[in-house]
Amino acid sequence: MALLKEGRPAEDVWTHVADDAPVPANGAVILGLARWVKERDALAGRNAPLGVRLGSADRADSVAADLGRFALVAVEFPKFRDGRGFSTARNLREHHGYTGEIRAVGHVLPDQYQMLRRCGFDSVAVPDGADLAVWTAAHTRYTVAYQGAVGDEAEPLSLLRRRFAKAG
Amino acid sequence: MTYLAPKRHAGVYRYDDYDRQFLNERVAEYRGQVARRLNGDLTEDEFKPLRLMNGLYLQLHAYMLRIAIPYGALATHQLRGLARIGRRWDKGYGHFTTRQNLQFNWIRLEDTPEIMAELAAIDMHAIQTSGNCIRNVTTDQFAGAAPDEVVDPRVYAEILRQWSTIHPEFTYLPRKFKIAITGSANDRAAIRVHDVGLLAKRNAEGEIGFAVYAGGGLGRTPYLGAKISDWVGEQDLIAYLEAILRVYNQFGRRDNMYKARIKILVHQGGKQTFIDNVEAEFARIRGPKYRLDPAIVETIERNFAPPPFEELLAHSATFDRARREDAAFAVWARNNVRDHRAPGYASVTISLKPIGGVTGDITSDQMDLVADLADRHSFGEVRVTHEQNLVLAHVRQDDLYDLWKALDAAGLGTPNAGLITDLITCPGLDYCSLANARSIPIGQEIQKRFADQQRQQEIGDLKIKMSGCINACGHHHLGAIGILGVDKKGEEFYQITLGGNAELDGAIGDIVGAALPPDEAVDAVESIVDLYLERRQPGERFLDTLARIGMGPFKEKLYGAA
Repeated sequence: MALLKEGRPAEDVWTHVADDAPVPANGAVILGLARWVKERDALAGRNAPLGVRLGSADRADSVAADLGRFALVAVEFPKFRDGRGFSTARNLREHHGYTGEIRAVGHVLPDQYQMLRRCGFDSVAVPDGADLAVWTAAHTRYTVAYQGAVGDEAEPLSLLRRRFAKAG
Repeated sequence: MTYLAPKRHAGVYRYDDYDRQFLNERVAEYRGQVARRLNGDLTEDEFKPLRLMNGLYLQLHAYMLRIAIPYGALATHQLRGLARIGRRWDKGYGHFTTRQNLQFNWIRLEDTPEIMAELAAIDMHAIQTSGNCIRNVTTDQFAGAAPDEVVDPRVYAEILRQWSTIHPEFTYLPRKFKIAITGSANDRAAIRVHDVGLLAKRNAEGEIGFAVYAGGGLGRTPYLGAKISDWVGEQDLIAYLEAILRVYNQFGRRDNMYKARIKILVHQGGKQTFIDNVEAEFARIRGPKYRLDPAIVETIERNFAPPPFEELLAHSATFDRARREDAAFAVWARNNVRDHRAPGYASVTISLKPIGGVTGDITSDQMDLVADLADRHSFGEVRVTHEQNLVLAHVRQDDLYDLWKALDAAGLGTPNAGLITDLITCPGLDYCSLANARSIPIGQEIQKRFADQQRQQEIGDLKIKMSGCINACGHHHLGAIGILGVDKKGEEFYQITLGGNAELDGAIGDIVGAALPPDEAVDAVESIVDLYLERRQPGERFLDTLARIGMGPFKEKLYGAA
């Protein structure tokens, strides 16, 4: 699995910890939501970065109170057709003011890359065997967008459509 | 290819450099997707939603391409472009749909990137005409012309078209999502059978706002939309719709495609819960970022400014004389011409329902002719109606006779707008891989039965709508007489419903009785009509008589005493 940020391969410092595996004392780890809820108090003293993994049915509101603890929120896409994660990310950014990393994991297509970014995702765990060149091209596919979204706060709201920078 | 602009006064949205750049980027993306499919990078499972969002379906015999005609408005150079595509890549004809779009039924996958490029050159596309996303927004075909219009709905339909175009959050919804908007209390856009229906209106201060209906839809569980807000101010329109879509995206069912439409969430999940969720989301979204700026509305509005109407007398002596002297013209004028807000003008319906023809079909040559006539008589603009006809919205009454002669000579003068032979059918089993039964031949049979003009005229306003399967593309639930094709052990049968009506105070039709084989179904329709004629009181439409005497007499007539 490769990690993409800003359309380019990036180093992944995070480790997904399975629900039944012990949580290492050091290193950046991502835990499932249910485990986090259960072990929240025990993890209070852990002095290393924590991330949480939301299933497609888990809503942003379910982690709202704890967002200060997470340097990363991973949002799962069981199928690329399941678009709930887009709303989850946008809610995290726009309603909960979350500024940490939001990562798309699971089955996503390069054709969704810009949509993911415009909903607030900043990294994508690309499925194994994916052609990274297609992802890189998709990153700058569109230079025109027709609606407000995450990341274009600086743009004046003078027309419905606005242009985002070619570099993305 | 040289770029052709719409005629100066055509009521269509004018693309600018951004719009064109976007479309070119879309064509490039699609070209890449087709290439990735052909080289195996994309599985068919992955490619399918991508092609659907570009209007490409796999049908029974070939690919079908559904081209978006935003709110049914076409500039004449676009209609000519569609004619060209029909000649080059299809069989020289196209099919207008109940969603105000155009379908080509005989398309090859390899040709589609080229077709998309050809469409982009005339500011057209097939984006979001299919797939689980926000579809083409539909509206009143008489917008900007109807005397009863309060707000021009095209302005907001265009705003919603732009807003919904590859929306980053709402392109992978549980299921398709259709929005219709009307700007007149006499709803001609059937807003209550859409996922969201908007009624644009003005308050006492003259400000524009919208009554919002949600959860309408046909298919196997038909519902009329429920009013979820009586007033959403213009500036809140986008924020409120984002709230509805977000609630639907998060809570709509994804485990069963037959229960995935928003109607199930609204009507089976609890209307008040739905409203509470929408209001809570709306309260969070509302704010400067998602406010619809009046300056945007004004910019869009300029595209739909009234054309420069001449100052004419309210009634044209030329028109009156032609009607007196030519009986055939008088019949057409009676049915296919309607009042216009500007004195001396009229709106014309071009029927695409010739007796024994295929509803909504039009040849490339006919498209060219309609484009020429629209240039001459209607400011270079043509509209597609959700009843699968065309409209020239702004015709001088003085020109009606000449217009009719030209239409009639090309087989486009069928004088049946709004009459029983102006029926709606889906493509049915002749084309569609979902269908259980054929629609087209049954429709043709019914048309032949009622072809006599005097008989049609006597029957008056009676809408027959027919679908070849429960997906209800022919809106059978909304027919005064509805016909649904069903499959019974491999045989085609037809179930008849009565009393459907798509207006604001509308209703879903009720089933009369057991489904019938094809020939009996046509006989049954005739019996129903005969009973209506026998029992009606002066001035009653079919729906009025049905409301007064109930289903009982119709049941008895078809199936004998209980």
